Amino acid sequence: MNRRTSPRIVWAFLGPAVLALAVIGIAPLVYAVWTSLHYFNLIDLKDVEFIGLANYASVLTSDAFWDALGRTLLLLGIVLPLQIGFGLVIALLLHQPGVGFLRTLTRLSLVLPMATTYAVVGLLGQVMFNIKYGVVNQFFGFFGAEPVNWIGDPTNAFLTVIFWDVWQWTPFVALVLLAGLTTVPGEIEEAARLETRKWWRILRHVQLPFLVPGLVAVLILRTADTLKLFDMVFTLTRGGPGAATEFISLLIERTGFRAFDQGLASAQAILLLILTIVLSQLYIRFFYREVQ
Amino acid sequence: MARRTVGPKRSLGGQILLLLAILLFCVFPFYWMVTTSLKTQVVALESPPVWIFQPTLENYREVLFEDGVGFTMINSLIVAVGTTILALGLGTPAAFALARFEFRGKKHLWFWFITNRMVSPIVLALPLFLIARSLGLLDTRISLILIYLTFNLPIVIWICTDQFRSIPRELDEAAVLEGASPFRIFRSICLPLAMPGVAVSAIFSFIFSWNELLYAIVLTRNDAKTAPAMAVSFMEGYNLPYGKIMATSTLIVIPVIIFALIASKQLVRGLTMGAVK
Repeated sequence: MNRRTSPRIVWAFLGPAVLALAVIGIAPLVYAVWTSLHYFNLIDLKDVEFIGLANYASVLTSDAFWDALGRTLLLLGIVLPLQIGFGLVIALLLHQPGVGFLRTLTRLSLVLPMATTYAVVGLLGQVMFNIKYGVVNQFFGFFGAEPVNWIGDPTNAFLTVIFWDVWQWTPFVALVLLAGLTTVPGEIEEAARLETRKWWRILRHVQLPFLVPGLVAVLILRTADTLKLFDMVFTLTRGGPGAATEFISLLIERTGFRAFDQGLASAQAILLLILTIVLSQLYIRFFYREVQ
Repeated sequence: MARRTVGPKRSLGGQILLLLAILLFCVFPFYWMVTTSLKTQVVALESPPVWIFQPTLENYREVLFEDGVGFTMINSLIVAVGTTILALGLGTPAAFALARFEFRGKKHLWFWFITNRMVSPIVLALPLFLIARSLGLLDTRISLILIYLTFNLPIVIWICTDQFRSIPRELDEAAVLEGASPFRIFRSICLPLAMPGVAVSAIFSFIFSWNELLYAIVLTRNDAKTAPAMAVSFMEGYNLPYGKIMATSTLIVIPVIIFALIASKQLVRGLTMGAVK
């Protein structure tokens, strides 16, 4: 049954897509490797010269790259537990019976944050967290709090990014986990409910095994997405104040397009790419074993 | 009944309150966006913000007809539709091959398609900017249409491969006995049956392209500027035109929300590249 299809036919179907992705996805990477081995500055283009691994050396020995990477991992380390925690509560809540209409409405409302244009989330953040005109400070004002400088203060700006990332992606985690909960066979869950009334024991012993694939997917995709995080932070803080919210993709963008050092930025980008490929390998290991 | 007061399994009343809180949390920013878009600049700059005011559509009129947001939305539409059609044209045959044919290197091809989903766009934006510049393709819609394939093609291929696999092979085999070529089977038998998956992948492709910002600000200036890039360019100066920014944001978000709600059942599948059904 598994006889091979003739290569000509395979290529007729796959060729155009492979060719297109090679031209727009691989050729530029080759060019980026070339750029990363040169002194290549957009405002000094006549002095492009081969400098070997010097860009990599300066990326790896300078603080900017490690700080941005550390900041990105710190963000991930904070938002991921929050998103999984809140997401699990929401998923369990939506999985309960009763008030079906309200549950459906809530489930649909979860779609809103996920679908919102990332750039718009940042703009909304600017409006709602504005020190003077923002509704968030008005809300805290009811409790007698002084206006907080959310976007202009390094720590608060980081907190603001955390808030919006949690707002946007907790629904995603909740829906992934809810999908997992619905795969638990009804009989098993009911049998377990006769045994114990403690919800966390049912979660731990009955539901958790069905949630593991979703949790691993969340872990890996959220890590990749945090490495990609750009639009929302760019429109919210531009990476500032100072470098307080300069995550890895923002650092590369600033180096390449606002400091014009394409060579250095390419070296940073290639290092980020290597990190991403390692991560994708993990993803494949976990999910696509059946595709041989 | 036993006490059930800990954890998410509260009484029904508690559950309803919690559900309403979640609902409010998700929806409130949208409420704020829309109401701010209906405020004049004077009202928008009230401190603390006002909740009851005379709404006006003035911001929408200004951004659409004076500031050129209408033009950028047309750009966004052309780019998103163009790239989606191209991604479907290239992606559905590839998905069919991955679902039906046996050949060497299939696994590596998979790996590569999925890696594309994970790569940060900034990695490609640097060289693509330089390449587009030397080819004279900066600030053109065609460059965005092509570049957006880097994330749309993998999505289309993933979702459609899954869909083609779900079509019983017996159908193809019967057609082979009738003497149909693989092209015939793809076009006349499998593609029509795979339409639900094709539609979902088209929606995803549209949403991702419509929402994209990084490539848009790196590669466009005026002629091919997309709506999100336009919204960002309002963010300059001391007193930001909040009403206009939120009007533009509302215009950008509405079509995405409609599509996302249509595809809400498939959203998780699409966003996890099929790892979660």
